[in-house]
Amino acid sequence: MSMNKEGRPTAAGAVTAIRTAALLPDEPLLFEIGDREHSGVDLPEVEIGEDRLGGFGRRTSLDLAGLTEPEAMRHYVRLSRLNMSIDAGMYPLGSCTMKHNPRLNERMARLPGFADVHPLQPVSTVQGALAVMQQLSDWLMTLTNTAAVALSPKAGAHGELLGMMAIKAAQEARGEGHRRVVLVPESAHGTNPATAAFLGYSVRSIDARADGTVDVEAVKAALGPDVAGIMLTNPNTCGLFEPQVIEIADAVHAAGGFFYCDGANFNAIMGVVRPGDLGIDAMHINLHKTFSTPHGGGGPGAGPVVLSEALAPFAPLPFLRRNGDGLELVEHVEGEALGRITAFHGQMGMYVRALTYMLSHGGDGLAQAAKDAVLNANYIKARLEGTFSAPFGGQPCMHEVLFDDSFLEGTGVTTLDFAKALIDEGFHPMTMYFPLVVHGAMLIEPTESESLQTLDRFCDVMLELASAARAGDAERFTAAPHAAPRRRLDETRAARQPVLKWEEAEGRAEAAE
Amino acid sequence: MRYLPHSEADRAHMLATIGVADAEALFAAVPPSALQLHALDLPRHSPELSVEAHMRRLAQANHAAGDGPFFLGAGAYRHHVPASVDHLIQRSEWLTAYTPYQPEISQGTLQMLFEFQTQVAHLTGMEVANASMYDGSTATAEAVLMAKRITRRNRVLLSGGLHPQYRDVVRSYLGEDEDLICLSPSPEGQGDILDRLDDRTAAIVIQTPDFFGHLRDLRRAADAAHAIGALLIVVVTEIVSLGLLEAPGALGADIVVAEGQSLGNALNFGGPYVGLLATRKSFVRQMPGRLCGETVDASGRRGFVLTLSTREQHIRREKATSNICTNSGLCALAFSIHLSLLGEAGLVRLARLNHERANTLADGLARLEGVRLLNGTFFNEMTIALPVPAAEVVEALAMRGIIAGLPVSRLLPGDPSVDNLLVLAATELTTDQDISALIEGLREALA
Amino acid sequence: MTTRFTKDHEYIRMEGEIGVVGISTYAQEQLGDIVFVELPSVGQTFAKGDEAAVVESVKAASEIYAPVSGTVTEVNEALAGEPGLVNTAPGAEGWMFKIRPSDPSELEGLMDEAAYGALIG
Repeated sequence: MSMNKEGRPTAAGAVTAIRTAALLPDEPLLFEIGDREHSGVDLPEVEIGEDRLGGFGRRTSLDLAGLTEPEAMRHYVRLSRLNMSIDAGMYPLGSCTMKHNPRLNERMARLPGFADVHPLQPVSTVQGALAVMQQLSDWLMTLTNTAAVALSPKAGAHGELLGMMAIKAAQEARGEGHRRVVLVPESAHGTNPATAAFLGYSVRSIDARADGTVDVEAVKAALGPDVAGIMLTNPNTCGLFEPQVIEIADAVHAAGGFFYCDGANFNAIMGVVRPGDLGIDAMHINLHKTFSTPHGGGGPGAGPVVLSEALAPFAPLPFLRRNGDGLELVEHVEGEALGRITAFHGQMGMYVRALTYMLSHGGDGLAQAAKDAVLNANYIKARLEGTFSAPFGGQPCMHEVLFDDSFLEGTGVTTLDFAKALIDEGFHPMTMYFPLVVHGAMLIEPTESESLQTLDRFCDVMLELASAARAGDAERFTAAPHAAPRRRLDETRAARQPVLKWEEAEGRAEAAE
Repeated sequence: MRYLPHSEADRAHMLATIGVADAEALFAAVPPSALQLHALDLPRHSPELSVEAHMRRLAQANHAAGDGPFFLGAGAYRHHVPASVDHLIQRSEWLTAYTPYQPEISQGTLQMLFEFQTQVAHLTGMEVANASMYDGSTATAEAVLMAKRITRRNRVLLSGGLHPQYRDVVRSYLGEDEDLICLSPSPEGQGDILDRLDDRTAAIVIQTPDFFGHLRDLRRAADAAHAIGALLIVVVTEIVSLGLLEAPGALGADIVVAEGQSLGNALNFGGPYVGLLATRKSFVRQMPGRLCGETVDASGRRGFVLTLSTREQHIRREKATSNICTNSGLCALAFSIHLSLLGEAGLVRLARLNHERANTLADGLARLEGVRLLNGTFFNEMTIALPVPAAEVVEALAMRGIIAGLPVSRLLPGDPSVDNLLVLAATELTTDQDISALIEGLREALA
Repeated sequence: MTTRFTKDHEYIRMEGEIGVVGISTYAQEQLGDIVFVELPSVGQTFAKGDEAAVVESVKAASEIYAPVSGTVTEVNEALAGEPGLVNTAPGAEGWMFKIRPSDPSELEGLMDEAAYGALIG
């Protein structure tokens, strides 16, 4: 395959007069506008006397498209305009915590003293970076009342992996490697069973009670000498604080197991409840949710894991130790139980952003943010409850409120249709069909960042949509979104005949030879 | 508090609407013993100017790579990133967007991922690439697991040229496993992994340029692996090298994993980085991570969606190919923009420039008395043997503002045979003056 | 020719000594558009109830269990290129694999068409 060298072709049918909206033109693919010769970086052509490549030099073409700087600017700015973003509107995405991302965090992360520092520089030259890790650790341990923190996980699921590895190592050290079962409530995030299975555990599912919480008696009934521990999200994915969490922790401990807490929903309780006081042994904290590091269209994240006294000796490498006035980075220990789960020391860029956020808020601001997040979710619940069906209503929710689809019964409108109609109103859809424990779930998490005016507008829109659905205006929903850059996409086609990279259109390849 | 929109009046109005007296009532489900009634022992909120001052003080306590001559590589490389890259990735629509699960309002991210996948596939010479992993080390561990699934075999051979921390990550991911064979570090480029192949082998893992800078013969490795039904996993930690070196896919690699940090991403003290993973089309359903695919919308217009999601944890739960969820979206964007700006012509020029700088460095080092260059081949990184422990020399030069490279003993402590070894890299940012300063510094330190 | 059904919605249609296995019309309706079918290998042996194949729609993956114990004699290669056959002709071109039962008496424990019809209502 090769690229078209004839200048700047566009894809067949990519742009027509009809399809070009004023501010949202169709943007061709990079490979349809760029070519092999153009470049947006001026670099000298250097003489290499005798190369040292040992005959391994490249003989095949790279087939990479290049753009000059103005072309690249247009391409990526135009593409960006096809995206929704938290800066442009509310993302009521349950369990995702789409809060405001302060720009001070970005500025700080780009200071050369943080961004332009190599992970393997002599430790004497990176004391400031180690101090950031130490201060972040102190904040996290204080907020959670735990004994240790492992910073290196690159995301929440990576943190789950680390936490469960630590549990496995602790049990093997006790001679209890035979514990092969992990209890997981059915409302759990998919990463929980995936992580347990990844480590060779089998998963024993725990049913939820009618009120959406976990029954300590159900946990007790599932416990046994084969159980390594429980993975429990608290507040849970139904947006509820587990009222029996302490009893559950006690029961798990009494049976010789450990309590892994999925900390995805820590935003509801930071500064208000310390998970260590609930008896957790390990919990990951998504810095990209709770501590505002940007989601970036799917990452990077960061998932530090706080650990109890019992698990602290099984923290992975690397870790920090005070050494006189300075800090020492411990990268090796003799006979360690658990090695490293990533090269280097983790997501420094995220540590800087998260610490900046914590210092801005202070302990008081974090607690206020948690309370506002909970207040906002309950306000939405109060305003919508009469119209929408809240399966676990009748009690306050935490930072997110769960509705099911029974209010849509007989309308011909599904949860998916309803959510897509929200797009036309300028809102990102809520989380849909999760958790799995209610039918047609709609999980709404406003976060503390939304003003009362925005919350009211969101509630007004939700109510208006509900009455439109009930009034029989199904078309507005089933064909939604109408006003987005694209209508609904054919996902069946994408999956049946996967096209995962650009291929030169047939016919044009020959012309280019 | 500048980030919280509510006034006290707003809060009172909302509490009244909810029908509770105070915010504490909303936390009624929390066991009273666990409710934090008093403020935690943490500082109070701070204005932007104070926070900035605090963070700047911390930043100034570090020696930045740009503060002086700099020769560290070993899996993270200092390259020049065009100004437009950082401008673009800070646009709200890229920076503050969520994972593109709602394709109608995420076409920017999705098209970018499709372009990224294409770029990675072309660069590595493979048929398909995913939408990124956390970094090169975790991508390597995931590739090993993937190879075991594909071959239904258990033995995995890690070459002695694999980055020691990548080796450690693979070890952690596999747990205690006697079928994981890690060959001894091979600073001279020695050690033949191919002798260890047998019909129980799922995969061999070879890094090129390897940890010590040597270029490895992939074709020979691929042929030997394939002859016995095993896969070749190729690891690339310096992606710029592919501007000058033959694509692993063209040499028979089955899975290529790489660290993409060199393009678009700063050193960041180790993260966030961006892992690349590419493979053959026939293995696509065994791939970990997100994939973006082309399709059409209800009006027949081209569009993109996340696809083949049934491999992933949010659907497959305990049967998923991996537990990965969040990946490195924004770092992948930075990679993709930088590579678009370079294009083929620019990447080749950049790679040649790196190789030329490394040649100059190697020639200078070779002329130093008592110093032995271990490499017959290299791209932009090499290993030298000093007459004294390398860690002491590096520490001495750091005092003079020169970051001289990586003493191998930092990653392989307790192995006296590597104590005197130093790994150094040069990039387009390395000047003749930097090289002179290093040579002079080494001469004095060794005197 | 007898067709028997499992409570998990697989059918097995005996053609001589060989059973043709697929999923019921009702099952494919519930799953929606099938986008991929992961098939067993010829020669693989299963105990009754083992996971033998997987059918995937865009948002779900479902295991197909061996309706009886036996050895796989053939798989439907056509599904690789055209997984939609499971939707359009589940009982005909959309079959998944053929199995030689090791214990034909197991067939007796499965439902006949009428009983299956009653199950799905």
